[in-house]
Amino acid sequence: MTTTTDLVSYEDALASYDPVMGLEVHVELGTHTKMFCGCSTALGADPNTQTCPVCLGMPGALPVVNATGVESAIKIGLALNCEIAEWCRFARKNYFYPDMPKNFQTSQYDEPIAFDGYLDVQLEDGETFRVQIERAHMEEDTGKSLHVGGATGRIHGASHSLLDYNRAGIPLIEIVTKPIEGAGERAPEVARAYVRELRELIRALGVSEARMEMGQMRCDVNLSLRPHGREKFGTRSETKNVNSLRSVERAARFEIQRHAAVLNDGGTIIQETRHFHEDTGSTTSGRVKEEAEDYRYFPEPDLVPVAPSREWVEEIRSALPELPLVRRSRLREEWGISGNDMQSILNAGALDPIVATIDAGADAASARKWWMGELARSANESGKALDELAITPVQVARVAELVTKGELNDKLARQVILGVLAGEGTPDEVVDKRGLKVVSDEGALTAAVDEAIAGNPGVADKIRGGKVAAAGALVGAVMKATRGQADAARVKELILEKLGVTEG
Amino acid sequence: MPGITREEVAHLARLARLELKPEELEHFAGQLDDIIGAVARVSEVADQDVPPTSHPLPLTNVMRPDEVRPSLTPEQALSGAPAREQQRFKVPQILGEE
Repeated sequence: MTTTTDLVSYEDALASYDPVMGLEVHVELGTHTKMFCGCSTALGADPNTQTCPVCLGMPGALPVVNATGVESAIKIGLALNCEIAEWCRFARKNYFYPDMPKNFQTSQYDEPIAFDGYLDVQLEDGETFRVQIERAHMEEDTGKSLHVGGATGRIHGASHSLLDYNRAGIPLIEIVTKPIEGAGERAPEVARAYVRELRELIRALGVSEARMEMGQMRCDVNLSLRPHGREKFGTRSETKNVNSLRSVERAARFEIQRHAAVLNDGGTIIQETRHFHEDTGSTTSGRVKEEAEDYRYFPEPDLVPVAPSREWVEEIRSALPELPLVRRSRLREEWGISGNDMQSILNAGALDPIVATIDAGADAASARKWWMGELARSANESGKALDELAITPVQVARVAELVTKGELNDKLARQVILGVLAGEGTPDEVVDKRGLKVVSDEGALTAAVDEAIAGNPGVADKIRGGKVAAAGALVGAVMKATRGQADAARVKELILEKLGVTEG
Repeated sequence: MPGITREEVAHLARLARLELKPEELEHFAGQLDDIIGAVARVSEVADQDVPPTSHPLPLTNVMRPDEVRPSLTPEQALSGAPAREQQRFKVPQILGEE
């Protein structure tokens, strides 16, 4: 039932139209308990083992707000430069769908806890783009549906569905941008950079791990086009649950091309929900959007208002950790690298692994070298993110340590890393199994050096004559003879010693 | 005060998943109109200085610490379920959504 959509080329779409985006991001908080009851939020529990009368919507059950949930919302609001409401309420968003056994979601409507902020995001070339934040409000997650009887768990053709309410009631913060205008052809890149910056921010605040692949952070991409020069926005589509940074960018790009095609044909864009498909990078129509009034929002009578005192807000503000943008400029200075180098590290998703590797004892230069070199290459080849590779920062730090100690050279270290990635064990185990120790046995080395000198009398003469640079050829010969397992620096020393030359 | 129309009742009924007969639509339109009219009289006496309220108690910030409390057992949780399968609530086919 896939309908092929004609697309306009991206360049042509941008030549005729100006994209306007709105991004809605849901973040699942990492609290121990749900937003309105004391049920655990631990992952991986058996179905329906973390429910109670409140999150099952039993008659008479009364919700009580999780203080940490409110505190986390305020942290996020402050980090997004928002104002924090002095007084706000929860509201019921009414709808009938089995993922919410109460038949409403407890959310916030016209009184969000945080509003009117902004987030500065850095684009790939280092340029900064300011995204205005409309609001951040508190709500709760829904249960998980399992569709049975259809193909591959899809809802279409399913005979019935099975519900697990362990997730129902887990705290969510929904962060909504104001319409993002003026990004032009960079709109998809801005969308991606925004979600990435937000993810960094959420992690830095310690309020969630914000792992998109685990659904802890989900993005809806709202997009419309308007002809250049027109102020009024076009009709938007809402692409739901786009769950990776790359997909956010692709979804925005696809919708720009699709909208342009529809508009060029004289058609109209329908305001609707759309689904993004990872495999094709395209979106398909979901349901036509219900009007906001259809949810019949009204103030939640079972919960009293939240009125964070200014003292509490200031206390939270003063305890905020260093925010990602500030941290990045600090690290850039500490490591003594250029803005471009830092941008490459960010683009590669290598910042956290590098910092963790340094924390595990490696020096900054080695940590950067491995993550941006061998590991980035390997991640690229396997189409994985750096933090998904089968090697930990601690292991990378151990490899760096072995190099520093002279037990490995760079070439062997690379093999050790490949071994760890291939699942052969820890760096030390790979060294043992593959026999990758640098040959530091002076006897064996001396023999190899003697052999190299004897085998290359011409080169040896040049070195004796003072051409120290020629020693490289002999070092190469020794490395070859020892299958790369010699310490090149030590080999060079031995060669020069033997030939009675001193360097420099 | 504008009257509640048949169409509005039909819309509400659809949202509330209620199946109403044509004569019921008429009947409820009149009743809802009366109820809303009665409640609307409150705004006649409430002046600018009376803020709307959603809760009778003058309380704010009732919160609990983020500490895990015992949940129901799955047996208890599912005890009222009309149907179940794989320790989950079993519901009929869901159409037209997602």
